[in-house]
Amino acid sequence: MTANVSETPRAPLPESAERAGRAQLPGKTLRTDRWWLQPTLTVAGLAVFVIYAGVRAFMGAYYWVPAYHYLTPFYSPCTTASCAPGSQHLGAWFGEFPAWLPYGIIALPFLLVFRLTCYYYRKAYYRSVWFSPPACAVAEPRAKYTGETRFPLIVQNVHRYFFYVAALLALLNTYDAIMAFHSPSGFGFGLGNLILLLNVVMLWAYTLSCHSCRHATGGRLRHFSRHPVRYWMWTQVSKLNTRHMQFAWITIGTLILADLYVMLVSAGAFPDPRFVG
Amino acid sequence: MAEVERLPYDVVVIGAGGAGLRAVIEARQRGHRVAVVCKSLFGKAHTVMAEGGCAASMGNVNDNDNWQVHFRDTMRGGKFLNNWRMAELHAKEAPDRVWELETYGALFDRTADGRISQRNFGGHTYPRLAHVGDRTGLELIRTMQQKVVSLQQEDHAATGDYEANIKVFAECTVTELFTEGDRVTGALAYWRESGRFVVFEAPSIVLATGGIGKSFQVTSNSWEYTGDGHALAARAGASLINMEFVQFHPTGMVWPPSVKGILVTEGVRGDGGVLRNAEGKRFMFDYVPEVFKGQYAESEEEADRWYADQNANRRTPDLLPRDEVARAINAEVKAGRGSPHGGVFLDIASRMSAEEIKRRLPSMYHQFKELADVDITAEPMEVGPTCHYVMGGIEVDPDSGAAAGVRGLFAAGECSGGMHGSNRLGGNSLSDLLVFGRRAGLGAANHVESGAGDTGIPQAEVDAAMERALAPVTAEQGENPYTVHAELQQTMNELVGIIRTEAEIADAIGKLETFKQRVAGVSVNGVREFNPGWHLALDLRNMLLVSECVARAALERTESRGGHTREDYPGMRAPWRNQLIQCLYTGGGVRLHTVDQVPMRTDLLELFEYEELQKYFTEEELTGLATGATTGKE
Amino acid sequence: MAYDARFKVWRGDAESGQLCDFTVEVNEGEVVLDIIHRLQATQAPDLAVRWNCKAGKCGSCSAEINGHPRLLCMTRMSTFAEDETITVTPMRTFPVIRDLVTDVSFNYEKAREVPAFTPPQDVAAGEYRMAQVDVQRSQEFRKCIECFLCQDTCHVVRDHEDNKRSFAGPRFLMRVAELEMHPLDAADRVPAAQEEHGLGYCNITKCCTEVCPEGIHITDNALIPMKERVADRKYDPVVWLGNKLFRRDKR
Repeated sequence: MTANVSETPRAPLPESAERAGRAQLPGKTLRTDRWWLQPTLTVAGLAVFVIYAGVRAFMGAYYWVPAYHYLTPFYSPCTTASCAPGSQHLGAWFGEFPAWLPYGIIALPFLLVFRLTCYYYRKAYYRSVWFSPPACAVAEPRAKYTGETRFPLIVQNVHRYFFYVAALLALLNTYDAIMAFHSPSGFGFGLGNLILLLNVVMLWAYTLSCHSCRHATGGRLRHFSRHPVRYWMWTQVSKLNTRHMQFAWITIGTLILADLYVMLVSAGAFPDPRFVG
Repeated sequence: MAEVERLPYDVVVIGAGGAGLRAVIEARQRGHRVAVVCKSLFGKAHTVMAEGGCAASMGNVNDNDNWQVHFRDTMRGGKFLNNWRMAELHAKEAPDRVWELETYGALFDRTADGRISQRNFGGHTYPRLAHVGDRTGLELIRTMQQKVVSLQQEDHAATGDYEANIKVFAECTVTELFTEGDRVTGALAYWRESGRFVVFEAPSIVLATGGIGKSFQVTSNSWEYTGDGHALAARAGASLINMEFVQFHPTGMVWPPSVKGILVTEGVRGDGGVLRNAEGKRFMFDYVPEVFKGQYAESEEEADRWYADQNANRRTPDLLPRDEVARAINAEVKAGRGSPHGGVFLDIASRMSAEEIKRRLPSMYHQFKELADVDITAEPMEVGPTCHYVMGGIEVDPDSGAAAGVRGLFAAGECSGGMHGSNRLGGNSLSDLLVFGRRAGLGAANHVESGAGDTGIPQAEVDAAMERALAPVTAEQGENPYTVHAELQQTMNELVGIIRTEAEIADAIGKLETFKQRVAGVSVNGVREFNPGWHLALDLRNMLLVSECVARAALERTESRGGHTREDYPGMRAPWRNQLIQCLYTGGGVRLHTVDQVPMRTDLLELFEYEELQKYFTEEELTGLATGATTGKE
Repeated sequence: MAYDARFKVWRGDAESGQLCDFTVEVNEGEVVLDIIHRLQATQAPDLAVRWNCKAGKCGSCSAEINGHPRLLCMTRMSTFAEDETITVTPMRTFPVIRDLVTDVSFNYEKAREVPAFTPPQDVAAGEYRMAQVDVQRSQEFRKCIECFLCQDTCHVVRDHEDNKRSFAGPRFLMRVAELEMHPLDAADRVPAAQEEHGLGYCNITKCCTEVCPEGIHITDNALIPMKERVADRKYDPVVWLGNKLFRRDKR
C-alpha cells in the first residue's frame, strides 16, 4: 500500500476541548419563562424555616406541655438540668444551661447537618442561594467553579453518617410521640397527638427516602438477584425516594406545625382539644 | 483544483450503521487499519430506528427453535427468491453474533433463567427476536460504537494514539469510488462541515450505506437513506439485484402530516395489538393468502388464545409477513373502510392495561405522545403503509460479501441484495447486519492480505471527481434541489409505490428521464460549509439512479411477489421465482439483465414439505425430489 | 389551521453571528424541526441544522429553543402561543460550526476516556446469565440517545470552559455508573469516577435530568448512586481522618 502524502489523518477541527469558539449569544439566558420564580420561592421557604427554628431553639420556653407530655421535636432529647421537669426523657446529662445555649443541643446540630448535606437541599440552596446555577440554562455569576471537589464542599460526602444519626433521632421522636398519649389520669389522646404523629410519620418518610438510605439498603449491590430482601427494601425506598423533595418541604411544614402547636398550648393560648382524657 | 488530502488505509468502510461497524470491528481485529466514513455523527446511523429486535434461533424461549426453522421462515418470507446460501449462513450464524454482542457489553432483556429473552414477530414460527424493550437498534449501534471505542482504547494503550487503527470520519460524505480496471482503488469524500475534500486510498472498500427510502414520499427512513452505496457500486461497475422489491412497512404513522411515515413497531402487534378497520372489524382474517392457509388462526378467539399458549394455537393473522399486511391495509383503505386520515386503526388500548403498555412499549408510547399528542393507552393509533426497506441491493458473494464485478468492493446490510429475497421478515435486518457485516469485514481483510496491489489514484481523476461534486455550487443558476427532490419522491410514491401497473411505471420511467436533466441542473446558494442544499443536490444523483433501477426492474417483473405488487399481474408466477433482475449502470442510465439463480442445495430443499415447495417452484425444478421424500421435520 | 409564526434563528459561525428574523408558515401537528426545514426549503436554503431520524430516537437535532436545551424534532409547535416569537439557537456549551450546528467532539473525546466494558474472563460468549432485575438499572442508562443536551445544560461546563478538561459531564458519568452496575463487568470504576471523570464537580442541581428527552433519572439513579459509592470508599470519615493525621500515601 502506498501513501501519496505522508501526513497523518487530520480531523476537521482542532481536537482540544479548550477551543472556545462558541456561538456569540446575547444575555446570560434566552429563557423567556419566569425562571427566577422557583429560586425565589425556595429562598423564602428556607428563610422562614431557618428564622423560625433559630428563634425557637434559643427561646428556652414553651416546649413542654406537662399535662399531656407533649414535647416539641426541637427540644428532643432535652438533657439538661434546665429542662422542665418531666421533659427529660433520657435523663439530665448536663447541668444548668446558660440562656444562650439551646436545650436541644445534642440533636439539633445533627439534624441541621443531615438536612444541609441532603442531596435535595443541596440542589435547592446551590441553585437559589448560591446561584450555581440559578436555574437550568441560566448562567451563574461566578467565573470559577470547583463544585464538590475540594474543601469545604467535599465534606458533603459525610451525608450518610448524619443519616444514621437522623434515623436514631427519628426513633426518639417516635418514642416522644408515643409517650405523649398521656393525660393527668393516665392514657390520653388529643389533637396534639395527631399533630405529633403526623410529624413523626413525615420525618420517617423524609429520613427513609434519603439517597444514602437508598444506597445502604440495596443500591450499593451489584446483584439484586442474590439479595431478594434487600432488593425489596431498595424497591420500597426507591419509591419513597422519588418524593424526597416533597418530603423535605412537607417536614419543614410539619416540624413548624408541631412546634408551634406545642408552644401555643404550652403558653396557654388555647386548650388542647381532647378526645380521651 | 485545490490540493486535497490523501489518506491511505487498508480498509475503508462507508457507513457507520450496524453492518459498517461490525465490518470495522472484524477488519481491525484482523490487524488492519480501518477508516469508517459516515454522513452523520458517529452513533446516529439509521440502525437506531430498529425497534422490535434481532432474530436469532437461540431457542431461549421455545427450545423447538433452531437454524433450520429460521432458515425456512426466512425463505418463506422472501417467497423463495432469497439467495439461499445467504439465508443459510444468516440462520446458522445469527445466534453467535448476538451472543458476541453480550461480550461487548450489550444488555438484552432477560428470561427468568437469565438468558436473552426472545419475542414473537411476523413470519417467525417461534419467539426469536432478542430485544431491549422497543429500542433494540439503539442497543446494537451503541454496543458496537462502544466496542469500536474499546478497540481504540487498546490502540491508545499500545501506541499512544486512539486513532492508530480505527478512525471515524463523521459527517463526511463519499461522492465517488475510484477504480482501475475491475478493481476499486479509493473514494472521494467531502466533510459536510467544511466542504473540503478528502481522498481515501484503500485496496478494500466496504459499502454499508443502508437503504433508499428517501426516494419515496412516505417513508420511515431518515434523510441519510439516499441509496448512496447502491449508486456508488453501480457507477463503479457492480450490479444491483432485486431492486423491484421495496418493503412497505404496514404500520407507519399517518397523522399529523409532519410525522407521516414514522414507524410504529411490529412489536405492537407481537405484544397483542390488533388491526381494525373503521367498522371495528379485525379485517386481517379475510386476507390470509393461499400459501399461508392453515398456518394462521381462523377465529378471533384462537388468535387471542395464541398470545397465552403458542404451542396449542395458531398465531393471529395480524402477524402475517409485512407485504401481506401492507396490501391488506391498502385494500381496506381503498374500499372506504379506512380511518379518518387514510389509514386503519391499530388498537392496543382496549387489549392491555395502560401500565402494561407503558412497560412493554415505552418508546411507542413516548413517540405518539410527544410527536402526535396521542395517548396510545387510551385510544387506537392510526397507521398505514410506509416505505421501510429495500430488499434489493448490491449483488454479493454470500460468503465474503464481495460485490460482483468489482474486485476489492464489498457490501453488507441493507445496501446489499439477495438475503431477503422479495420480502424481509421483521427482525432479520439486525441479524443480517451482524452476520454479513462481519463477513464483509473478513472478506475485506482477506482481500488486503491477498496483496491487492498499488492503489495510486491519478490526480486528474481526483480533479474530475471534485469538479463533478462541486457542479451545484459553481452553477450560476438552476433549480432548487428541494423542489426537485419533492417531485421525485412524489413520482416514486405514486407511480412505483406499493401497488404498481405497467402504465404507471412506464409513466414514471418517462418522468425519471426528465429528472436526469433537472438533477444535473440544480444549483445551490451559499458557502460550502455545512450547506444542506449542496448535500441534497449530491444525494439527489444517487436517489435518481436508484429510482431508475427500481422503476425499470418493476416494469420487467410481470408478477406479484413479496415487496413487488403488480395490479396487472396479480399472484406469483413460478417461472419468475429463480429469475434475478440485475441493474447495470451504463453512463446515461441503467440497463437490465435477467439471470438465473443458483439452484438450492438438495439438503436445504429437503427441509421443506414437498407440498409447500410446489406452491413456489416449477415442476421442472422439483424433478428429482421425490414426492414425500422430504419430511419437513428435523 | 395554518398560521404565520415569528422566529428568531441564530445564524453565523465561530467568528460572529446574530439572531435573524423570519416569518414562516406553521401547520397543525408540526414540530420546530418542520419549521426549520420549511425555512430551508423556502427562505434560507443554506441554513445549517443537524438532524436525522426526526422521531426522537437518534439525538441529532439538539439545540436551544427559547433558551431551553431541546430536541428540535420533539418540540411541538402547539406548545407555543401563536403570537409568541420563538428563538432557536445552537447549543451554548459547544463550539459553533455554523448556524444551529455545533462541534460536539468534546463528547466523543470524553467517551474514549471511560474504559470500556470489561468482560468476565471465565464466561464464554453464549454463557452470560444475568437476571432482569440486575440489568434493569444499566438498561435505563442505555436508553441514552446521546443528544448531549445534558452535557449542554450542565453549568459545570456550560459556564466554565476550563472545567471541560477535568469533567466528563453527566452523560459519561452515567456511562461509568452503567458499567459499575453491569452485573458482569469485571472492572472497578469507583475511584476513577471521582479522580478522573470529575464526579465531584457535579453539585446535583439536576438540570441534566430535567432536559433528558428520554426521561432518564440521571441524577437520582446514576450520579448520586456513584457519589455514594465513592463515599463508601473515600469518605468514610474514619479512614479519611487517618489519612489526614498520619499522612498515609494515596493509593
